[in-house]
Amino acid sequence: MANTILILAEQLRGSLSDITFEMLGEGRKLANALGVPLYAALLGSEAASLAAKLGAADKVFVVDNASLNMAPANTTAAALKAVMDQAQAGLVLIGGTNVSMGVGAVLSAKANLPFVNYCRAIRADGGAVVLTSQLFGGKILTDVKLTDGKGIVSVYPGAFQADAGKSDKTPAIEKVEVSVEAPKVTFKKYIEPETGDVDITKQNVLIAVGRGIQDKGNVELAEELAATLGGAVCASRPVIDQGWLPLSRQVGKSGMTVKPRLYLALGISGAPEHWEGMQGSQCIVAVNTDPKAPIFDGAHYGIVGDALEFIPLLTDKVKARKG
Amino acid sequence: MNIFVLLKLVPDTVEELEIAGDGKSLEAEVLRFKQSDPDEHAVEQAILLKEKCSSKVTVVALESPEVDDALFTALAKGADRAVKLTGNLINAQSFAAAQMLANFLKPEGASLPADTLILLRGQSIDDLEGEIGPFLAELLGLPYVCVVTSVVPEGGSVTVMKEFAGGLRGEFAVPMPAVIGIQSAEKPPRYVPFAKIKAIQKTAKIETVDVTPPDSLTRFGVERMYKPEAVGRAQMLEGASEEVADKLVEVLAKNSLI
Ligand SMILES: Cc1cc2nc3c(=O)[nH]c(=O)nc-3n(C[C@H](O)[C@H](O)[C@H](O)COP(=O)(O)OP(=O)(O)OC[C@H]3O[C@@H](n4cnc5c(N)ncnc54)[C@H](O)[C@@H]3O)c2cc1C
Ligand SMILES: Nc1ncnc2c1ncn2[C@@H]1O[C@H](COP(=O)(O)O)[C@@H](O)[C@H]1O
Repeated sequence: MANTILILAEQLRGSLSDITFEMLGEGRKLANALGVPLYAALLGSEAASLAAKLGAADKVFVVDNASLNMAPANTTAAALKAVMDQAQAGLVLIGGTNVSMGVGAVLSAKANLPFVNYCRAIRADGGAVVLTSQLFGGKILTDVKLTDGKGIVSVYPGAFQADAGKSDKTPAIEKVEVSVEAPKVTFKKYIEPETGDVDITKQNVLIAVGRGIQDKGNVELAEELAATLGGAVCASRPVIDQGWLPLSRQVGKSGMTVKPRLYLALGISGAPEHWEGMQGSQCIVAVNTDPKAPIFDGAHYGIVGDALEFIPLLTDKVKARKG
Repeated sequence: MNIFVLLKLVPDTVEELEIAGDGKSLEAEVLRFKQSDPDEHAVEQAILLKEKCSSKVTVVALESPEVDDALFTALAKGADRAVKLTGNLINAQSFAAAQMLANFLKPEGASLPADTLILLRGQSIDDLEGEIGPFLAELLGLPYVCVVTSVVPEGGSVTVMKEFAGGLRGEFAVPMPAVIGIQSAEKPPRYVPFAKIKAIQKTAKIETVDVTPPDSLTRFGVERMYKPEAVGRAQMLEGASEEVADKLVEVLAKNSLI
């Protein structure tokens, strides 16, 4: 029996996440290349109602059980292991998101299969599967070959096109009865995003500051540039963690997703978790002292230099230009 | 509470990274190590908990280059005990490291005190498996929550805040003993002057515990390690600062941004 491919359909607050469709699209290509079926697993009490949207899969395995709603990683992994066995899956794709983080590692321990994290590319190589992962904040790529095509893979959000995984077809649905041990961790409530003084998702121009800005006082330089250009200041995680700007200004995996017309990244290395939140910006300009900073690989314009020196200079030039 | 914080240094990615001759690993000679942000936050969260409710904080690391500095720094910040697990452990992937840490935390036949909290970071940038927390939780049979930004004790459990996306967070109750993957502490990590670390190095000791490595330190090999090709690389604006600023102003004007 061939190893089938199984993806864990991720959901949050009753909707399927983009990563679900990203994995379905890429999983479909891989399944076709390997000549095996593509299956999806949907867990939780809303599973049945969402299954019809997963038409890119040949079959959806549904575990309709309220204990799996907002369940911790080990509970989810235990149910997923049961589906994996039922589906005779050899390769399991799981979203590398905050929501699903942890599930893959536990599943790999339970299934005694390799766990490969941070995956950005997948290809078939004969019967083997080659995975390309991104390490060291985006500076290094590694290839791992699963010679028997078996493993648990955590897929980087944004690595694949979500549209490729959307389909009007109706998938076959199979209910799986799994006895789920009541999770020890209990979900209490959601805490809604902080509404800050400005909504950075609605700005045309964002001046983004990273650790390279060096101290709180320097954030003012960015504020002045933002005011001159008619935009707002946002930041990478270390700046927020230092308390230099409020949480509502964080861009990235845990923070906001922004798509301004201009994203000026000052002293930001371009780690994948930051990139996730700003990659859709129309024009990305990066200023960084490190000519090898990963941000330059994706930015439209790059400047190697000291942001602290550059910001006031740019502010003056823009003011002069505007007259 | 009985709090353990697990630490591991990571290569400083602001430095140049070189691929070693085997084409499968980083050139060790040129690596500069530093504490990762989330590890510093995990230490901070532990010290904050200790300040709130009397706790004993133990920092634990597997032997590795420069790790003593991180352990002494944690002691200087207020940790009570530092332990270094020794053996031939270099190159352990997450699962193997979790096996050794689990054996230290809960030797065979022993049980973990009910008020035990194990704090570590959720993910690493330097290991393809990248997540020790869930492995450790699975091996110890404990609950696990990651991407956590606050930990509040309440009787025999802790209430933690986990980040999802877009600023949305969720609150979870986690019974102890538990493993928690810290993303950020409730406050920025405290600064400790170098003189204080120097002083602690004279008075405090790092305990060493010899561990037997598991049968295998890795579960799979790397086929190839390489630097990403600069696809769609940025158009670089070059010249003296003035000139570069002028060029950028032109770009902004051309895009109707000014
Ligand atoms: C689960 C998870 C969720 C995460 N969520 C987010 C998130 O939502 N948002 C986010 O941003 N990160 C997030 N991260 C963290 C992310 O991995 C990076 O650590 C972070 O983005 C790095 O921020 P940075 O680029 O500001 O800092 P660094 O990576 O330290 O980069 C600083 C840069 O500044 C440059 N520099 C230094 N001095 C100067 C100067 N004077 N002028 C110009 N350049 C200078 C340096 O060369 C360097 O490139 C998350 C991580 C995890 C594991
Ligand atoms: N060798 C180690 N010794 C002690 N703790 C470790 C070790 N490796 C990892 N950890 C802890 O587990 C976390 C996650 O590890 P990793 O998955 O390798 O990043 C690290 O931040 C540490 O908190």
